[in-house]
Amino acid sequence: MAHITASVYTSHVPAIGAALDLGKSAEPYWQPVFKGYEFSKQWLRDHRPDVIFLVFNDHATAFSLDMIPTFAIGTAAEFTPADEGWGPRPVPKVIGHPKLAAHIAQSVIQDDFDLTIVNKMDVDHGLTVPLSLMCGQPQAWPCPIIPFAVNVVQYPVPSGRRCYMLGKAIRKAVESYDEPLNVQIWGTGGMSHQLQGPRAGLINKEFDQAFLDRLIGDPEGLAAMPHIDYVREAGSEGIELVMWLIARGAMDDVSGGKKPTVRHRFYHVPASNTAVGHLILENN
Amino acid sequence: MSLDKPYMDVPGTTIFDADMSRQGYHLNQFCMSLMKAENRARFKADERAYLDEWPMSEEQKKAVLARDLNRCIELGGNIYFLAKIGATDGKSFQQMAGSMTGMTDEQYRDMMVKGGRSIEGNRYVGEKK
Repeated sequence: MAHITASVYTSHVPAIGAALDLGKSAEPYWQPVFKGYEFSKQWLRDHRPDVIFLVFNDHATAFSLDMIPTFAIGTAAEFTPADEGWGPRPVPKVIGHPKLAAHIAQSVIQDDFDLTIVNKMDVDHGLTVPLSLMCGQPQAWPCPIIPFAVNVVQYPVPSGRRCYMLGKAIRKAVESYDEPLNVQIWGTGGMSHQLQGPRAGLINKEFDQAFLDRLIGDPEGLAAMPHIDYVREAGSEGIELVMWLIARGAMDDVSGGKKPTVRHRFYHVPASNTAVGHLILENN
Repeated sequence: MSLDKPYMDVPGTTIFDADMSRQGYHLNQFCMSLMKAENRARFKADERAYLDEWPMSEEQKKAVLARDLNRCIELGGNIYFLAKIGATDGKSFQQMAGSMTGMTDEQYRDMMVKGGRSIEGNRYVGEKK
């Protein structure tokens, strides 16, 4: 049977991708950010999964205002890195896992989560920056990836509670897949940031650290936090953090298993407009 | 019955909800068109003519021409869509975000390096700083 072995949480700031692509990662501004992921790169080499289920959001790239799916699962064989207006990032093509993706879609929809099935989608920095942070600059990504896009652009976005319950349903789907695959689930976006209006540049370190604490120790309680608390405390774009609850909901302890082990925790301000947060949790 | 919009009292912040999206549909789809290099070239060659191809309001067109992102947002624009205009102009996301705060690029960048804008005094409209 397939099993979720670990969850990874990370911001997906586009400027991080640009810094790496333009060879600026050693600059004093960026050096602390990449240093925070050195452990993680080695960890991923040591714990290479068969598949990564990568929760991210599209930033007006694959989805314009013509269609706004709340939850969209990528079932294609491959996904091309998108041109977001600055040219496509020079990163490997994303290879999908259509068989597992289709299995998860069927299982999760039967569990009352009405996913949109996407057979063609370019993937933007929301998906590729986490891969760059965790893998560096390889010729190919280490394994197939199932992109899972969440609408956090047009309000109302799904609630924390809904995301958390969805994670639980994803875990159940993975556990019912016959092949013995080692699957990691990644939740991306955040942490506190606001990119618009006179309040742009908002950062709330206390909120972010408390969010990390609660994600580890009290995910159930954290999932009950209303949208307005994210918006008010973590900035209008800080709402991306609800996506972390999908990954957290997929961990064993949420379904009656053992508590996860915190393998790595990192926090840094700033990367461009944003607070960078990162966690690795391993199932036991 | 009115909808629950608890985010109207957050200072300096416009939440892009279904209602704003309705008002900004054509403005945002115009921005989306700038994802294509040929469209960026046509827009740069004659901005007004390019905008006139879209059923946007005159206020929206003027806001785009003036690169007034706060006004664009007020008229239904969303920052991830508006970012395509910035990309066309060769601006970074940080420059775009900074342009909405009344600060210079340098002031905004310095604020971020020092830890960003504080949450204190920035939670509610009319709150004392």
